[in-house]
Order: sequence, then C-alpha cells, then structure tokens
Amino acid sequence: MTQRAGQGPSALLVLEDGSCFEGSSCGAPGETFGEVVFNTSMTGYQEVLTDPSYTGQIVTMTFPHIGIYGANAADVESRGVFAAGFVVRALSEMSSNWRAEETLGSYLERLGVVAIEGIDTRRLTRHIREAGAMRAVLSTTDADPDSLLAKVRASTSLVGRDLVSGVGVTERYVWGAEAPPECEVPVDTGVLSGAPRYRVIAFDSGAKYNIMRRLAEAGCEVTVVPPTTSAEEALAMAPHGVFFANGPGDPAAVGYLYATLREVLGKKPVFGICLGHQMLSLALGAETYKLKYGHRGGNQPVKNLLRGTVEVTSQNHGFCVDFGSIGPLIPEDSAGLEHDAGDLGAWVRAGVAPVVRSAEHGRVQLTHVNLNDMTCAGVRALDVPAFSVQYHPEAAPGPHDARYLFGAFTRLMDGRSDIFGARDGE
Amino acid sequence: MPRRDDIKKVLIIGSGPIVIGQACEFDYSGAQACKVLREDGYQVVLVNSNPATIMTDPEFADRTYVEPITVEFVEKVIAAERPDALLPTLGGQTGLNCAVALAEAGVLEKYGVELIGATLPVIKKGEDRRLFSEAMARIGLDTPCSAYAYAIADAEEFVASVGWPVVIRPSFTLGGAGGGIAYNIDELRQICAAGIALSPVNEVLVEESVLGWKEYEMEVMRDRNDNCVIVCSIENFDAMGVHTGDSVTVAPALTLTDREYQVLRDASFAIMREIGVETGGSNVQFAVNPTDGRVVVIEMNPRVSRSSALASKATGFPIAKIAAKLAVGYTLDEIPNDITKATPASFEPSIDYTVVKVPRWAFEKFPGTDTTLTTRMKSVGEVMAMGRTFPEALGKAMRSLENGRTGLGADGKDVFEEHHFDEHLTVPNEQRLFYIAEAFRRGWTVEGVAEMTQIDPWFIDQVRRMVEVERTIAGRQLASLTAPELREAKQHGLSDAQIAYLTGSVEGVVRATRLDLGVRATFKAVDTCAAEFFAGTPYYYKTYEEEDEATRSARKKAMILGAGPNRIGQGIEFDYCCVHAAYALSEAGYETIMVNCNPETVSTDYDTSDKLYFEPLTFEDVMDIVDVERPDGVLVTFGGQTPLKLAHALHDAGVPILGTSPEAIDLAEDRRRFAEVLDRLGIAYPAAGTANTLDEAVAVAARIGYPLLVRPSYVLGGRGMVIAYNEEYLLRYMHKATEVSPDHPVLLDRFLEGAIEVDVDAVCDGDSVYIGGVMEHIEEAGIHSGDSACCIPPFSLGEDTIARIKEHTRALALELGVHGLMNVQFAVKDESVYVLEVNPRASRTVPFVSKATGLPLAKVAARVMAGQKLADMVLRAEDRELGRFCVKEAVMPFGRFPGTDSVLGPEMKSTGEVMGVAPDFPGAYGKSQLAIDYSLPREGAAFISVCDRDKRGIVPVARQLHALGFRIMSTKGTAKLLQASGLSVEEVRKVHEGRPNVVDRIVNGDVQLVINTPFGRETRSDGYHIRTAAVQHGVSNITTLAAAQASVAAIEAIVRRDLGVIALQDFNGGGA
Repeated sequence: MTQRAGQGPSALLVLEDGSCFEGSSCGAPGETFGEVVFNTSMTGYQEVLTDPSYTGQIVTMTFPHIGIYGANAADVESRGVFAAGFVVRALSEMSSNWRAEETLGSYLERLGVVAIEGIDTRRLTRHIREAGAMRAVLSTTDADPDSLLAKVRASTSLVGRDLVSGVGVTERYVWGAEAPPECEVPVDTGVLSGAPRYRVIAFDSGAKYNIMRRLAEAGCEVTVVPPTTSAEEALAMAPHGVFFANGPGDPAAVGYLYATLREVLGKKPVFGICLGHQMLSLALGAETYKLKYGHRGGNQPVKNLLRGTVEVTSQNHGFCVDFGSIGPLIPEDSAGLEHDAGDLGAWVRAGVAPVVRSAEHGRVQLTHVNLNDMTCAGVRALDVPAFSVQYHPEAAPGPHDARYLFGAFTRLMDGRSDIFGARDGE
Repeated sequence: MPRRDDIKKVLIIGSGPIVIGQACEFDYSGAQACKVLREDGYQVVLVNSNPATIMTDPEFADRTYVEPITVEFVEKVIAAERPDALLPTLGGQTGLNCAVALAEAGVLEKYGVELIGATLPVIKKGEDRRLFSEAMARIGLDTPCSAYAYAIADAEEFVASVGWPVVIRPSFTLGGAGGGIAYNIDELRQICAAGIALSPVNEVLVEESVLGWKEYEMEVMRDRNDNCVIVCSIENFDAMGVHTGDSVTVAPALTLTDREYQVLRDASFAIMREIGVETGGSNVQFAVNPTDGRVVVIEMNPRVSRSSALASKATGFPIAKIAAKLAVGYTLDEIPNDITKATPASFEPSIDYTVVKVPRWAFEKFPGTDTTLTTRMKSVGEVMAMGRTFPEALGKAMRSLENGRTGLGADGKDVFEEHHFDEHLTVPNEQRLFYIAEAFRRGWTVEGVAEMTQIDPWFIDQVRRMVEVERTIAGRQLASLTAPELREAKQHGLSDAQIAYLTGSVEGVVRATRLDLGVRATFKAVDTCAAEFFAGTPYYYKTYEEEDEATRSARKKAMILGAGPNRIGQGIEFDYCCVHAAYALSEAGYETIMVNCNPETVSTDYDTSDKLYFEPLTFEDVMDIVDVERPDGVLVTFGGQTPLKLAHALHDAGVPILGTSPEAIDLAEDRRRFAEVLDRLGIAYPAAGTANTLDEAVAVAARIGYPLLVRPSYVLGGRGMVIAYNEEYLLRYMHKATEVSPDHPVLLDRFLEGAIEVDVDAVCDGDSVYIGGVMEHIEEAGIHSGDSACCIPPFSLGEDTIARIKEHTRALALELGVHGLMNVQFAVKDESVYVLEVNPRASRTVPFVSKATGLPLAKVAARVMAGQKLADMVLRAEDRELGRFCVKEAVMPFGRFPGTDSVLGPEMKSTGEVMGVAPDFPGAYGKSQLAIDYSLPREGAAFISVCDRDKRGIVPVARQLHALGFRIMSTKGTAKLLQASGLSVEEVRKVHEGRPNVVDRIVNGDVQLVINTPFGRETRSDGYHIRTAAVQHGVSNITTLAAAQASVAAIEAIVRRDLGVIALQDFNGGGA
C-alpha cells in the first residue's frame, strides 16, 4: 500500500533489508545514501539538520508536522546541513513564526538536501527499532525499488568509517568575532560572565556551534582547531583546558583523535561531549559498541549519580561506551558495594557512582547513566583532570538541564575536585 | 529517595459537583490518586460531595465521606479519622480552597495534619496574583502590567495608565468566573463590580491586555529531588482573550522554534522553584507576542487541572497518579513509565501525532445569555481527538462533539449569518471554526482570516488545506473518487458522512466503497515515546497510514461505548456506568475495550479497561474498531444517548449488542406501541397525543386538557420541553417548535400538576428483576428529573404506593425484555401511580442509587449482560432498612450565564449533583444544600413571593422560617396572605412599583433567602429580575414550593442539630 500526501514528485526510501517507503520529494532532487535513523525531538529540526554528527545519516523526524516555524539563519549548528537525507511525515508548506526567514522546503532545496514526506514515519521508526539502524537510499531520481535496493546494498556502512576529517574546520579560529550570532530570545536564563578567564582548545570533530557558545558563556576563550591538530600543537598554545567535541561516525575509526587525546590526558584538563566522551573513554581503556538504534532526541533521562538528580538531555549517538570494560571495580571507592561494574542499573538503584581502575590513568568514576536503557552517559577520571558525557549539555535542540557541565569544566580547570558541586550556569 | 513512612493515612479532598470550569477531570485525577496511594499501602480518607464520581465508590478509599466540602464538615471528618496528611492538589480549585480554609482556620494544626504536595505558602503564592507577580519579578520573568482593585475607582485609575482594553480577573474564583475584558468605562465598571462581589476576598486584578498573543500551557512535574519535567506543552488555537477552557487547544505546541520552546521550559521550572512547589504537577500559562516573541507569564496552578488531565490523555503520562506518588516521597526516576514498563517516569513524553481539544458549549440551554467567548469559561465539556496531523485530529474532534455535526462543516448543516459573517470571525464564538472553513470556501485568503481572527496563520492554513481537500471531492460522483483521493480525504479528517454529503451519496455506501478500494483505518499506539520503545499498554488512536498496530487477542471481548463529551443532560453519571461495566465485564472474564473521546473521564484512563481506543463515537469510527477487534458484544446502553443512537446502525451491520436489544429500546421509545404495553399490563399513564401540525396540537389539547407537557420527540435532557397551561402558550410553543426539530413530531402529555415524581432504577435479567432504588423527588412533576432533588428512601410515599411502583417496574422490565439496566419515571397523584417514561438503559441516577444503597447497580447490570443471572448473585434484600436518608440535589450553572432565568422547568439545565446523607430527610436535604456553593442561610431575612397556586402551601413555610428567627419580606400579594395568617411581614416594592424595590434589597445584601415561585414561563417579569439578582449575588434562591418546604426543614435541622458525618463504609452491610 502506498500513499502520497505532498505535492512534490515521487520519492523512494529503500532500506538495505528491502523495506520500501514511497512518498513525495520535499527537498532537493537527487539520490542520497546513509544510515537511516530517527530523532524524537518535537522541535529543533533545523539544529538537527545542521548537526555535523548526522553526517552519513538519513534522519527521520518522528513528529509528523515538520517545518511549521520555517527556517532562519540563527538556528544553525554548523556551517551547513550535514544530514545525508531527511524524512518527514508532513512538511509544512507555509511557515509561521516571527523568526522565520524562509520555509523549510525552500531551505532544504537551497541547501541541496534530499528529503521525502508523506511516508508512515512511525512504521519506519518501529522498523528501525526492531531491525536496527541500517543503510538506506533516498531517491527522487530512481523510481525502481529493486535498482535502489541493489545500490543501497553496495553502499558503504558507517561502521569503521572516519567521517570526522570531512566535517571539522580546516583552519583554526577563535570563537567570537566570526562566530555566528546567537539568536536573542526574549528571556535568556543563561548567565554571561565578563572577560574570558580560560583559554580552551576545542577539537572540531564536527562541533555544534552551541558548544562554543556555552563555553564562551562559561568564561572561556575558545580556539577551534581542526580535528587532525596534533597534541603538541595544541599544548603549545598553553590552554587551560582542552575540549573534545561531538562528531559523526564510528569512534573506533578516528584513531588520530584518540591518539591526540591520550597525549593531552594528564597534561591539561579535558572535557568531552559525545564523540569526545567516546575518545576519552577509549583513552581511559574502555571499549565502545554500536547501539541497535541509538539515542536521538531531546527527552532522554540521565541520572547524575553524584548529585542523585535526573536531567532530561538532548542526545544523538549510535555508539556507546562500555563502562565495565575500563577495568576492575574498586569497591572501597564504590561505597563498599561489589556489584558488577558493567551492571549500570544496579549502581543506579544503589545510588552509588562506582569507581574502576583503568590500566593507565588510575581511577575512573561512572558519573552519568542513561535511565532508559542503563547505558553509560558520563565518566570522570579521578586521578587525571578529565570528564565527559555522552549527551549534549549544549542542547540546541533540547533541554538546558545539563548546562552546568560547562561550569564543571571551568571548575576542573580551576583545579577543583568538586566539579559537579552545585547547579550553576543555569 | 524512598517513600515516606511517617505518613500512614492521607486525606484527599475531591472537587465536589460538576460545574462549569470543574468537571470530571478531577474524578479522573482523584480516582488515580486514591488507587495509587492504596496500592502503596497508605490509608486513604476521601471527602467529596459528588456521588456520581468513581472516586467515591467505597472500594476506592478506606474511608469515603460524601459530605459537603466545607471547613465545618471536613473538620468533622478530620476529627473522626485523624489523617496524618492532606493532599490538596487533586480536587481542583474547590479542594485547594477548602485546604487553604482548613489551614487558615487552624484545623490542620489542631489535628496535626500536614499539607503534602503543596504547602499553604505555595498555594498562596500561586493563587494570589500580587504575590505571584512579585515572585515572577524576582526571577526575571515578565507578567502583564497589572494592579489590584477593591473598588471601581482603583480600576479606573489603573486604566488611565495602561489604556484600553484591560483584562479583569477576580481573585480566587473558579474557571475565571466573574472575569472579562473591558473596552470601555461602562464595561470596566460592570465587570469590576461583579468580579469584586464574586471574589471571596473582594478583589480583582486589572491587567494590561495581551489580547491576540499566542497562548501556551506547560504541564510541569517536580519531585522532592528537584527533578523537573515537562509532560506536555499545549498551544491554544484561539489567541489570548479566550479562556483556555473555551479555546480549541493543540498538543504539542506547534508554532515555536526550539529556542523559544526551551525558554518556556526553563521559565516553567524557574516558576515551580520560585513558587516552591516541592512535589507534584502544576500548570503554567504563558502568552507569547507573535511579532517579537516577548513572553509573559499569565498564571500558574500549583495543582492538577483540566489541562493536566488533557495532557495525561494526550501523552499517556498519568500526571495525577504520579503527582500522588511524588507527594508521598517518591522521585520521578523511581516510578516506572506505565506504558513502556521498562523506562522511568523521569523523562518528557515525545509524541508522534497531533492532539486537538475542542470545547463543547450548551448555550442553547440558556437563552438570553451572552454567547461570545471571553476570559470567563462557558463550555460544559470537551472532546479530544488524535490524528497524525492537525487536520486529521481537528476533523475527528469536530465530529465528536455530539452536536449533530459530522465534521468541520460540509455536512449539509452549515448555516451562516450573512449579515454578521465578519463578526463571527473577529469575535470569538462557538461557531467560529465553521466560519473560518466557510471563509475558505468563499475564497478568502489565509492572511485575511488570520488577521481577523488573530489566530496563528499556520492553523488557519491547515483549515484552508482541509477545505481544499473537501473541494477536490465536492460535487463529484462517489464512484469517480480514486483510492488516493479518498485516502487524502480521510487523512484530512473528513468523515464518511461528510464525503457522502459532498458526493450526494450515503454514509454506508461511502464506507463500503472506500473499504473496497482498500482505504482502511489503521491504529497507532499512544506510547509516550514516539515508538522509541516497545509499548506494553494498548492505548490506540485511528489514522490512515501504512502500518496498523492494533492486534486482536484470542480472548472473549466486550466493547464499551462511552458517553462522549460532557454536556447538560449527559454528564459524569454515564461515565461512571461505563467504568463499572469495564470492571464488571473484566471480572466476568472478558477482555474489555473502551471507546470514548472525552479526555476528562475515568473511562479514558488506560488503566480502566484492557484496551482503550480514543476515538469519536460515530458509526464510522466505532465500526472501524469493530472491524479490528470483532467483539463478542458491544455495550451501548451505559453511555447515555451517544452510544444508544448507534444501536440500530450497529445492530443492522451485524454487530452483536450486549444486553437489552435495540428492538426493546425502540419499543420503550415508541409511544404508541409502548402505550399498548402499558394497557396490556394495566398500568396507568397520562393521557397523551402526537401532533405534526399546529391544528393537530390544538385538537390533542382539546381532547386531553390543560396543563400539557409539550416536547419534541427524541430529545435529550428535556431539550425544548415546556408546560403549557393554556392554548395561547401552546400556540407560541408550536410556532417555535418547528425550529427545534423539524423531522420529528411534537409530543403532548397531560401534565399531572402537583404530582410527586418518582424514579426507579432496576436491573432485569429476563427472568427476574432487582430494584436498585426508589427515589422520591422533592420538586413535583414538571421539573426535569435531572434538575430535581430526590431522596432514597422515599420520605413521604406510603408503603402501598411503593409496592405498586415496584410491581409496575418488574412487570415492565419483564414485558419489555430488558437485559440490563432500566429506569422508570412515575408520577404519583391522588394515590394513583402513573408511568411517565421507561428507559431501558443506564440512567443519570445509577451512581446515586449505588452510593445511597451501597449496591453497585451498574456492575450488577453488566454482569447480567455478560450472561449471569440475578438469582446466582448474592444481592442484598431490596426491602432492607437503609437506616439513613440520602438526598441528591442538582447543581445549576446560572451564575455562569448572567441574563438567563434561573427558574426550573421540564428542560434540564443542571451540570452536576451532590449528595447529602443523614439519619433523617431534613438533615440529608440540608447537607445537600450545604454541599452547593449557594449554601442555606441560618439567619437573616427571607423574601417570599409565590404564585397563586402556591399561596396556601407557603404559609406553614413562612411560619417555620419565622420560628427559626428569620425576618419575612414579601411583595404586596404574598404579604397580605401571610399577614392574614398572623405573621409579621415587611412589605417591599415590586420592581415596577418604584424604588427601593426587592431587587435593590437583594443587591444591598438585605436578603439572605429568596423563595419565588413562577407561574408558567414569564419573561422579564418581576420574578425573573428577583431570581437573577439572587443568582448574581449568591443569595439562596428557591423556585418551587416543595423545595421551600424541604429547605426550611433543612435549615431547622442545620440550626438546631449538629449534623455528623457518615462514611460510606459504615453503611450497613458491604459488597454487592
């Protein structure tokens, strides 16, 4: 059974397992390949499209109406659209918002994004949930499902691919003068400090603009550097701290970034987000694995084991850190409990942040856990100054609950140990 | 953080009777709270005066008190039960106000009762507009500029500084009662005067207007670890200026960018923290300027609300249930998500569909009242619909309203006032959506309509799309429509009935055609998480997509059709019956499937039945579910008229109907055939006739004589029903009646003046009959039974009469072949018993009878319908001595509809009911009056003015009032009569006799009780002015002699005796 809701020419989405969805084109014409994933955020489609972590992925929005508030120049998270393709149930023909500058349809077309509307996105989502994220092709030019299936099966997988080097900046720059302006919304609860107090090097593996904005807000002068920048170069700039950003693809495929982080670790305070978290965890001796269908949305509950509170977070990742793989549990630092270090649910129930011993960098503490599936959402090294989270405290899109982590980074740079001590920066 | 073990017993205060602004959503929230607290091992003590609620079923609490929600009575409950804590946030404004009053009166301190969920300072800060504005300023949030006024001069002064228009909000009133928008000095004076009078603290807030701004609501939860989540955002379709209860609303918020949305989210949390709501749910309302995004905070409610019920149904996140758990110390992450079972409640639901709520109004019941929509809520109910897209959801909502429409116009029932077309767009009113759609049929532009309505252009454009899709099929032959075209129509919310109208076909053919073409409904789960996780709870809505998620189990299944939106004549009582049916059928081994579209109800709680379909109750929508579920039986007789009117079509479509057959239902409604049944059984009934024309009516009247009860056939709640005392009146009625129901004849019955009306609810299994209760009405026949107070057991009927009534009931049930519930209305006049009406279905009084007798009648009936026999059930003896009197009293909404007459008649106007329990009738009646806002006075002056018919009967009433210490005032005629009886009476002027007159005296507060009985239907008479003034000034106002007699006895009971409190659990015996 097929259906077409939009006005555009027909478009096909074919998954590598042969599933086929017929809809209408609602972006640029063309054919695009990628891993098909879904995002459950009800707002923030433009931030999603421009998040470089979506490189190589065809993004499905689970909320049916997309494009209602149009597109604008301020809500972008990078220099362009990185999602390989876009899948929606109903793209709004007209936009209505005081901030809208054009319709989302025209934006997609202008930026060459292949997009499809009018398909049963819930069916697609359920399929991905059950069968896992997989390769797919989205085409407005080839109407033959069999031909598309052959093409998608011949396309490359995300696993093992370095997508980072293609998305980061190639020239270093200082976040500030050239930074895209942040939209002035009428009520901003963010607290801006005065002159920057910290010099921070940010490795741009596909960093979202809002990370830099939040670092700046926390008092950092941020120098954004290409992901291939060496540790020596970075350390030569004498930063107070080094930041490792989010980015696309398989963490196991970006060995150079991992090598850099290993070099920096112990020498300068390190903060990592998303891919940066995976890099830090790998450096601390962890293994990573691919989640069946990832976490993508703005409603993921994360427990901060140190504060005992829950933050609702924005997430976008397909790979995950296996905390238990870092090393053996240190019961005396884990409230005397001897649960399996890898059984995160047990630690959440106990309300204890367990500590394990890594081979090279001493004690590592589990600080944050995703409560939906009890996966690792944040770690902190206790013997070297470093911490990281799997999710996106900078939000954009999504809730601001975890903004305190930017303040935590400044405290880490101040040499304090109680970095999660208070709810600041909110 | 673990639950609190220092609390063992929790007191919950309900919201009392259903009134405008406070409906059965608080039964839903309260029932959930009771259930979840008891599951956790807490003892629950409940006070709620509303017997029609599920929560007051004895099994929902350890101790249930159907008592007035007043400090006086709740203190008695506290003294008797000694609870550790009071949870005040689940009983609406009534419960919250009572909790505040208890705290301020020192009762809570005296008995060591802790307020949990919201403390006194929190409630004050949230509710007191001054404290609230100050709190907002502290956290840097804007509120509209405002000032308090205690006198009109204060308001005038403020307006001088901010300009027109201004919004006036009285402090501490329900649903914005007494509020309004003033555009000029006259309106300002008028609204302020009324608002100051209505406010319990005689205070109104005068506010800068944010008319035309976008309005949003955020449903927030916070636990004692300071974890906060937004359960749901709601955007109002109507711009600021229309009360959110009267607005079409949409979930989630649609027209905000993520940045703007997060601003509202952050602000909501900041407000929770600043106000200090430690645990529970709150509702925060914002206005957003559409041109620059400026945000102002409008208000917050530190309690569950109508919107939280909507949010719960819209997302699957049960706010009240979780609020109750948070109040006893749990944290959000300790509570599992009911739907996914695997993930915690400490998250924010993501939905992958669109939810639309549309209010249901009942202006037709209140002629003369202003029907424009303002900041003062006027709707009596609401429907919710879900679709993947906004047009689909809106279309479904528009056909759920039970107003005779099958969608957003295009159904052959569109009527537009051409001379006032523009006003219907610019001034918010109940018809506005139809005018918007029509504007597009007439080629208007989105910009034009958006500007006139101030509704966001995106919404307006969606309506335009719906009309565009409608146009693609209008005027075409059904056979020429392709599958994609039909699918597109269905995806834009068009009903089969609308498609039939547009193509000149009939609904059944449209259905068959589209099924042939493969255009079938699919069902999607409401799962809180946009399909991210597996959903274990089967809660579905219908759409037209590729994948169908509904799965049919192999179990024996019963489908229960709910009652649809609350409206006058069909309220919570029918939801009560449906919920009981679900419980009983589940116990009888059925898989229960609930279908309903009212988000306020317990029936649409996914916990109530095994499966929930949140769908309109139309033939199309029900059949689509039947096609999937293929139930073994469909229950149509518990949800009032809504499902009953589907009985035939479903039966004809081969759907098995549970219980009483549609033929038997018909037989009872067909007057001629029913008269034959009565003749055969030798049961008397008032002489009657049917007329299709004016001449026929006059002829019938000549045959049976005046007075006559006249009404259109097939009506709900006595719509259009009057008593004609003479030919002149009959002619006037007949002239108007043709407008009421042109397809149906007018029915004329001999009106048994002065007769005592009696209601009986019974269950029949085909072999035997169980009489649930015999109710004697206080008001005599002629007042709609829904508006009349009644008493169990009868307080004045002789045993012989009662025996005859029971005998007739049994004979009728068996003769009609009733399988299930039956309600019979009798009139007793001069020792003769007449049958007025038989309804072989659940009646409005079933919950009251169940509470009063302790026997769950609806459950018994459902078991019978599932095939069990009464003989096999252990039922308490029908004729047992109850040892108490229970009085049900109707609650009238006249205060909400200024200008409408408050006189009672054969057309039902009440919105809800209360019950009073006492060892004797006057005590029970007294309690029932105290349970209503306009409580009985205990001293002061009584104004008495009665029609000639009641002159003789009023004398002892006046004498008794005098003996109780009341001063008596009367107008000339009545005064003369009373003086002749030796009473001292102050004579006051009638309205036309100059001033000061009686109305002035009422307005000035010189009168505490008004007894004014009208004759026939006078318009704009003295009586009208007197009654209206009494309603507006909150003076007890009695319009029948019978009620006057009962009231005076009740006042005596209240004044002379200490009325105790009685728990339902202490009623003799227990269980069914």
